[in-house]
Amino acid sequence: MTDFTKIDEILSSFEDKSCLIPILQRLQEEYGYLSIQVLKRIEEKTGMSGAEIFGVVTFYAQFRLKPQGKNMIKVCHGTACHVSGAEKIEESLRQELAVKGDEPTEDGLFSLEKIACLGCCALAPVIMINKKCYGKLEQKGIKRVLSEYK
Amino acid sequence: MKITIGLSSCGIASGAIEILEAIKAKFSSVEVKHVGCIGFCFLEPLMEIDDDMYGNLTPDKAIKIIDCHLNNLSLDEPQIDKATLLSVQERIVLRNCGIIDPESIEDYIGREGYQALAKARGMSPDEIISEVTKSGLRGRGGAGFPTGLKWSLAKKQEGSKYIICNADEGDPGAFMDRSVLEGDPHSVLEGMAIGGLAMGGDMGIVYVRAEYPLAIKRLKIAISAAEDKGLLGDFKIVIKEGAGAFVCGEETALIASIEGKRGMPRIRPPFPAVSGLFGRPTNINNVETWANIPWIINEGAEAFAKIGTEGSKGTKVFCLAGKIEQTGLVEVPMGISLKDVVFGLGGGIKNGKRFKAIQIGGPSGGCIPEELLQTKVDYDSLTKVGAIMGSGGMVIVDETTCMVDVARFFLNFTQNESCGKCTFCRIGTKRMLEILTRITEGKGEPKDIDLLIELAEKIKVASLCGLGQTAPNPILTTLRYFRDEYETHIKEKRCPSLACRNLLIYSIDQSLCTGCMLCAKKCPAHAIFGEKKMPHKIDYEKCTKCGLCASLCKENAIKVR
Ligand SMILES: Cc1cc2nc3c(=O)[nH]c(=O)nc-3n(C[C@H](O)[C@H](O)[C@H](O)COP(=O)(O)O)c2cc1C
Ligand code: FES
Repeated sequence: MTDFTKIDEILSSFEDKSCLIPILQRLQEEYGYLSIQVLKRIEEKTGMSGAEIFGVVTFYAQFRLKPQGKNMIKVCHGTACHVSGAEKIEESLRQELAVKGDEPTEDGLFSLEKIACLGCCALAPVIMINKKCYGKLEQKGIKRVLSEYK
Repeated sequence: MKITIGLSSCGIASGAIEILEAIKAKFSSVEVKHVGCIGFCFLEPLMEIDDDMYGNLTPDKAIKIIDCHLNNLSLDEPQIDKATLLSVQERIVLRNCGIIDPESIEDYIGREGYQALAKARGMSPDEIISEVTKSGLRGRGGAGFPTGLKWSLAKKQEGSKYIICNADEGDPGAFMDRSVLEGDPHSVLEGMAIGGLAMGGDMGIVYVRAEYPLAIKRLKIAISAAEDKGLLGDFKIVIKEGAGAFVCGEETALIASIEGKRGMPRIRPPFPAVSGLFGRPTNINNVETWANIPWIINEGAEAFAKIGTEGSKGTKVFCLAGKIEQTGLVEVPMGISLKDVVFGLGGGIKNGKRFKAIQIGGPSGGCIPEELLQTKVDYDSLTKVGAIMGSGGMVIVDETTCMVDVARFFLNFTQNESCGKCTFCRIGTKRMLEILTRITEGKGEPKDIDLLIELAEKIKVASLCGLGQTAPNPILTTLRYFRDEYETHIKEKRCPSLACRNLLIYSIDQSLCTGCMLCAKKCPAHAIFGEKKMPHKIDYEKCTKCGLCASLCKENAIKVR
């Protein structure tokens, strides 16, 4: 990446150091993840140390250092979802999509991550794809949900 | 004809948007009002026509119902018995949820909105604080610190104070704060502005977790509408989005996070009231605490203090989730029994199963067994049985849930979320998790129980913040009430609830299997074999115990023990 105009534009819209988290959120929204180039540019432009920036990035679960698939599947592993079979839902999803760990699928369509609670516990088990929640899921209903995104 | 549709996250996840679109397409002239969550999440998507409420809708059903109403046709669709569902509930915090359009400030104003703030402007700061103190309101974020006292400590400090609303709601299994922010955001803003008058502060910050996009959107709309109308006066409110760290719900970590740093708690004192955000005096309260304030100012401290018990005044919002029939959101007077909540409002256990426990208070809380269902919902009674009031998450579990697994689940959570600053929390939770994992895998040893108790006691006293200090609670309560389950795992290498995967053995009942081959075809591990129309068998070397076969078999021939 050599074109820094977009990053610089975003960086200049924030005021000070206390904005590091909003800056990272904004940049991740733009690029899908935070690449080393992006982090280096923040370092250059804001004068914060790379260690400080990297420390914040790795502290918060929201930030990703690797590219993700086109659609982000968040599988809730909160209490209500856990006791309602979240493990099995995740297993079925992983089998269906052949995804391992946090790598995106081969066709780049999906990534999958665990999340602590989506706040839709009354509908457990729940997953979220991009910004849409799906509740009362069953293992056999997984294919249908995924087909919306294929 | 007045039609309303519930458009909170749970409604939307159940298909409310599709219904709304279908209605708009079919009846271009009818107006549909959008409201937040009324709390009957198990019936979503919901629609109300005048006073008749319908649930579990599909677009077709909704259209049929409206059609019947428009043309006065008879209708065989069952109505929801709202009165029964709302009985014994007392709604202060949820007074507007499910009734007003959260994106309309006029709706809020129409229900006495911003009148409390106007009234507070005519009171002195000490009068406001004294009213809050007299009401007996205690913080709803978990610790239950008296709100009036907290405010008076902040007020004593020099200079302008930051007024923060903690909407980090990290407890898995809890969604009260989300529902309030999505259903009635102005009540929180009004509460904060009153807090600003009382303590002397003109800067409000709402710290919301990023997992709540709809709450953030509605808060933004509410803030700009209130500012446009000049209702907040000099009081400014901004939103800060969290970035996914449970520990940031702890107040000193929350402050660090707003400052743009890693969200690590620090030793108190100094308390935030003395030195908080950017070193300035700061007051932090929970969403539900703030939402109570306008009601208290409007109705008076006495009205609030009349509800509840000696040490716990007012109401509490609970989220009911897990293995009960009627999952959702309820607001009950303090002092009601747990039984009335779970079996009365929650409608009892799903699928005819047997109740086992209520998990209350999330990772800091505990599991309460059947014998103690008469326990009252108040701060002291819940603490006495080893749990805590917490923020209001209640997850009900039945006989199919293993209590050792529940303890392991929470330790996995706290261990993941431990910020790593203090040794007892960082390493202690890890050791406890290892022991619990070992037990659920059938590798437990008799000495493990004593080891767990010893670690738990030390971590409780030596951890830096509430996360570590309360992390052992799920273990201690499950050991106190369900010790036999631990012992069966350790001594017999068996999980009585059939939940711990490593301890399960699947087999096919040869007398029931018809050889339909469904399981053999679907088994992801290709572990099932046999001839067509002949009973099948499982290859134990290959079986991953995923349980898919048992869920597919129409003959109930797959047995597990
Ligand atoms: C690990 C941890 C997580 C917490 N999470 C939250 C939270 O999500 N929301 C909240 O309001 N309080 C949370 N708290 C409690 C806050 O530290 C603080 O006591 C509370 O926001 C004060 O508000 P209140 O007096 O109105 O309850 C948490 C505390 C700890 C130790
Ligand atoms: S536990 Fe899954 S949404 Fe809350």
